[in-house]
Amino acid sequence: MQQLKKYLGIVWILLAVLIIVLLVYAAIINISSEGKADIHHPLPWIIIITIFTPIAFGLALFGYYALKEEYV
Amino acid sequence: MSSAKGIWKVIAASSVGTLIEWYDFYIFGSLAIIISEKFFPADNPTTAFLATLATFAAGFIVRPFGALVFGRLGDIVGRKYTFLLTLILMGGSTFLIGCIPSYQSFHLAPYVILLLRLLQGLALGGEYGGAATYVAEHAPANKKGYYTSWIQTTATLGLFISLIVIITIQNSLSKEDFNQWGWRLPFLLSIVLVIISIFIRLKMKESPLFTKLKASGKISKNPLKESFTKKQHLKIVLLALFGATMGQGVVWYTSQFYTQTFLLKTCGLNATQTNTWLCIALLLATPFFIFFGWLSDKIGRKKIMMLGLLLAIIFYRPIFAKLYSYTNTLQKQEVTSTIDVKKIVHPYLANDSLIIKTTQANYTDESTLLLIEKYTESVVKAGNNQPQEVKKTITLNNSYQWKIIGLIFILVFFVTMVYGPIAAFLVELFPTKIRYTSMSLPYHIGNGVFGGLVPFIVTLISVMPSSNYLSGLWYPIGVAAICFIIGSLYISNQQLNISDNEEQDELNN
Repeated sequence: MQQLKKYLGIVWILLAVLIIVLLVYAAIINISSEGKADIHHPLPWIIIITIFTPIAFGLALFGYYALKEEYV
Repeated sequence: MSSAKGIWKVIAASSVGTLIEWYDFYIFGSLAIIISEKFFPADNPTTAFLATLATFAAGFIVRPFGALVFGRLGDIVGRKYTFLLTLILMGGSTFLIGCIPSYQSFHLAPYVILLLRLLQGLALGGEYGGAATYVAEHAPANKKGYYTSWIQTTATLGLFISLIVIITIQNSLSKEDFNQWGWRLPFLLSIVLVIISIFIRLKMKESPLFTKLKASGKISKNPLKESFTKKQHLKIVLLALFGATMGQGVVWYTSQFYTQTFLLKTCGLNATQTNTWLCIALLLATPFFIFFGWLSDKIGRKKIMMLGLLLAIIFYRPIFAKLYSYTNTLQKQEVTSTIDVKKIVHPYLANDSLIIKTTQANYTDESTLLLIEKYTESVVKAGNNQPQEVKKTITLNNSYQWKIIGLIFILVFFVTMVYGPIAAFLVELFPTKIRYTSMSLPYHIGNGVFGGLVPFIVTLISVMPSSNYLSGLWYPIGVAAICFIIGSLYISNQQLNISDNEEQDELNN
């Protein structure tokens, strides 16, 4: 179990990177001057990416701590 | 420790204030359409921008920011005065929203409303952590789950009361009066409730653990620094977020709020039936917050919360599919239908016409459908036969009432499992000197950000190619699944012992 917890740390670090990449990608393909919904406006995306960047950093840090076996 | 009578006073004072704060926060959301009409006209790009900012910033940025600001204050000055301040801030902002003249007569109104909404978010960010900490610090160690679960009922009851107040006022006034001035009453009413709650809270004493810590001169000088830069605390903050509150936030938001949106928009169910049945299910499920809080004292918090997450992961799609099937007219047998088509001058396009097709259908199960489709004539002539606007309203026969209430009840039941024990769980993770700060941030990121994003991400998924009416549920299911894995693997009783030991050291040294 301890080994699983440790190596899952790598998954959490990769997941953190993936979240930011997906958010930026989704913003690029959805922001459109023709759309009327919130997902077509830049402002919600700016707010969401801004707030999610430190959260993703936190997930990566959590993964790092898991990898270092801080959670026993 | 407090006497039995004393602890109930503490619970009452804390719960009533928190309930009012949730009520204040929800009425803005429940009256969003009318507020938008009065303060944020859509044809004005600046006000539309401010409306978006009010929606997104209040939940996502300001709530976690409020958790930091008031959490810090609560760990330095004390719990009692801090959550008095959040109550005044919330009540004052809500009352003022009810007093602001509309955009037509006061062009600065959108800015003022935005400011007041941000203050509401800030206050909410500070309130919950204070109330949970205050109750937990009065409670005996073996009853923290039970006593703090009363605080946990307030979020659901706040939603319930906001719906009841709005429905009652709507039913007591004509539609014109409600739209003109009646919508202000739920906001104005808040001040009466807040004043009563302030008086109750003023009579309360500071938390005994905090008082002891302060008397010994051991309060934290910089709780933010201690919570988020010391590895021993930061790793627990991260565990609380990714192993508990993140999943709890999406389950809470999906079961209580997305259900309402799903029934109204995706299923097209009549608004009165949706809100009434939701209210009944909320009321029936609420005692289970207390039950699971109590049970968590007996068998542990983690098992109950993780089981709640697992059940939500497994049953969300089947339950929402069942709700959809009850309102799906393709599965019903039509008895009679009438179609009425009329053409009027287009309200926005001068040289065009608007074709309105109204279909009314009755079914063998005595349900009725009202379908209004709007077509722009020039678009139809150009070969596009798709309607520009469709509004579907289904009124179900009352035989569906308990089936739908039952399904909503199960959804809210999942909430009671993950949310009932969480206050005690968070409180026990951190030592007294940084408790308010440390528990507030993961709570509000989990609920405000992960939970608050449910409608946005669901919309995002639903516009993807080959998506269907259930596709949006992958977001809460995915987040809950990650949280379930992290919580099940990494949360152990040892973390609780660490903060307990640290607390004993603080008080003994």
